Amino acid sequence: MPLIKHGTLVEDIWHETDDFADVQTLAPLGPVIVTLNVWRQHRAAILAYDGRLGLRLAPGQTPDLVAADLHHFELVELEFAKFTDGRAYSHARLLRERHGFKGELRAVGEVLRDQLSFMLRCGFDAFSLETDQQAEALLAAVDEFAHWYQPAPGTSGRLDHRSTIPALRQGAGNSTNRDTAGRAATWAY
Amino acid sequence: MCRYDEFDHAFVAERVDQFRGQVARRVAGDLSEDEFKPLRLMNGLYLQLHAYMLRVAIPYGTLSATQMRMLAHIARTYDRGYGHFTTRQNIQYNWPALADVPDILDDLASVEMHAIQTSGNCIRNTTADPLAGVAADEIEDPRVYAEIIRQWSTLHPEFSFLPRKFKIAVTGAPNDRAVTRGHDIGLRMHRDLQGNPSFEVMVGGGQGRTPILAKTIRNFLPVEHLLSYLEAILRVYNQLGRRDNIYKARIKILVQSEGEAAFAEQVEAEWQQIHNNAPGALDLPEAERNRIAAYFAPHGYADLPKQSPILDAALDTDPAFAAWVESNVQGHKQPGYAIATISLKPHGGIPGDASAGQMDAVADLAERYGFDEIRITYKQNLVLPDVPKADLHTVWQELVDLGLGTANAGRISDIIACPGLDYCNLANARSIPIAQRISERFTDLQREREIGDLSLNISGCINACAHHHVANIGILGVDKKGVEYYQITLGGVADENAAIGAVIGPAFEEHQIADAVETIVDVYLNERETDERFIETYQRVGPQPFKEKLYATD
Repeated sequence: MPLIKHGTLVEDIWHETDDFADVQTLAPLGPVIVTLNVWRQHRAAILAYDGRLGLRLAPGQTPDLVAADLHHFELVELEFAKFTDGRAYSHARLLRERHGFKGELRAVGEVLRDQLSFMLRCGFDAFSLETDQQAEALLAAVDEFAHWYQPAPGTSGRLDHRSTIPALRQGAGNSTNRDTAGRAATWAY
Repeated sequence: MCRYDEFDHAFVAERVDQFRGQVARRVAGDLSEDEFKPLRLMNGLYLQLHAYMLRVAIPYGTLSATQMRMLAHIARTYDRGYGHFTTRQNIQYNWPALADVPDILDDLASVEMHAIQTSGNCIRNTTADPLAGVAADEIEDPRVYAEIIRQWSTLHPEFSFLPRKFKIAVTGAPNDRAVTRGHDIGLRMHRDLQGNPSFEVMVGGGQGRTPILAKTIRNFLPVEHLLSYLEAILRVYNQLGRRDNIYKARIKILVQSEGEAAFAEQVEAEWQQIHNNAPGALDLPEAERNRIAAYFAPHGYADLPKQSPILDAALDTDPAFAAWVESNVQGHKQPGYAIATISLKPHGGIPGDASAGQMDAVADLAERYGFDEIRITYKQNLVLPDVPKADLHTVWQELVDLGLGTANAGRISDIIACPGLDYCNLANARSIPIAQRISERFTDLQREREIGDLSLNISGCINACAHHHVANIGILGVDKKGVEYYQITLGGVADENAAIGAVIGPAFEEHQIADAVETIVDVYLNERETDERFIETYQRVGPQPFKEKLYATD
């Protein structure tokens, strides 16, 4: 499936599974994404592989459930079972802002062009898509808005550098400074 | 008036361009109706029984004359010459063509208006006390906060796909004219123990099939924490609100199932986390509050005497005018000025409708006899908020010529009605013809005056868009095997003492409903003690006398 990461179409090197038996065959091939259930049941065994790990969370699974384990994962995948189910937007912000997750935050499932802007602002930086046409359409939607009213979570290498309108009003626009003071300035309403 | 700055202008223009593209993709078949639906809804566009309906936001119910003229222009150019004002400070156009909608949005943007988030499962247009800034009982102008919430909630990235719609109302006064307890979040300003303005935060109100009044979860929220607190409430709701059943998806159901104390604790915990995470992140700096407050600064009122001899003379000689002043004019915080309600409820008319010509004329009046401002009320009426007392008679005469001089504000014929089965694809029964028929029974102004303050609301289905649950007399249209019936509730209240009405008994057939309302009024007039309003009599005597007369078998 096509994958957009940091604004460009890239090859997806990750293998995904919801079955622990697969982890044993997939892990030697490359990075593996496991579901929360697999992780919970086979945590010790999976860690023993010492490979690159990703975690997939279903729409109803808050990252708070794995807060203490997040440092084991390079990637977290949040699933949009339906594009109208907006729980993952909150989960993305919690991952970035509360749990300080710096890795890849990937949207999967019903990832549509018209939701892209919201996802970017919430901290997603990778988007798994069904078709190449979808990927092109998605990229076209990135710049529909020059600025937003609400702040975006800060992430290294994030795609969304747009300033907030309140920050621009205060003359603190275009802040790429992600330290605390810079963030407060950008965030301040 | 709030003015857009360059950023607001650019943002709304980008939004229109985006929607123009979405409409084009829909027309080309690149977007399915399922995919298009939430997009058009977030731009205020519904698909109704006969056509699309466009709902345009009138943030906190304040319009300039220029904006009102644009609403008239849209009615004339893209619709059938009229618009319908709603209980939530919106205007609805019932006949726009899909292809015209981007142009309509462009026209709106040119006068700093939009239709963003007037529908869909997102934070809707934030409403406020329609008498903000002019009412004598006000602590602070609630529009300052409504505007801040408008900006914060506009295309909020986290909260644009909520379990269900989300409505917020703000009032800055102890007398509640914004039905704050009927909203998902109601914000009512009080002074805290130190005398600082702060908000009472009420959560989980709503109408529909499960009418619930919002519960207070915070008594005194310092105003600078408003946005972070709203964010905490919305985040709890976005994660925990039900998504499996559309009828159980509103926040009121979550608050009910969690229990208000437990829900309040969750919000409080989330709010603490937001603060610990990024201290002050969403605080409202005083400078920003002041910047927005400056837009709503009091007008340059003239130093007028409290009494106007011109007004007094007109009251003495023109009883029809005196009746209008009694029902439609309220005291202003500024001596020598008055607040005039323009009734959109002519007897036998369609509640809330105004023609393009009437909108233009009201815009002229606002310029000549005010400070270029018009308000939209919960009751689906218009308000001229700053009329010099000496000009009231002239204004009224012009209103009468326009068909807008009905002296019935707050009276029984000041009916709130939803569009009902004549327009709406959710409706089970017609509302408008019932409203027309009832109001025709009360064309005698003397009789209406005798009856006094009484609210009567008619919803055409259980979704309760006309708020029949909080009306003194509520009427709900239901469908029984293809026949329209009307159920009556009594005892609802929409102000600061909000209450939900109780069903009085079996539903009435269409041809019986106006008689039933007359019976209720007769029982009240019989039972009332000196100067008692309808609701006071009802609360004193209870439903029994009404029941007996309504269902008498003779």
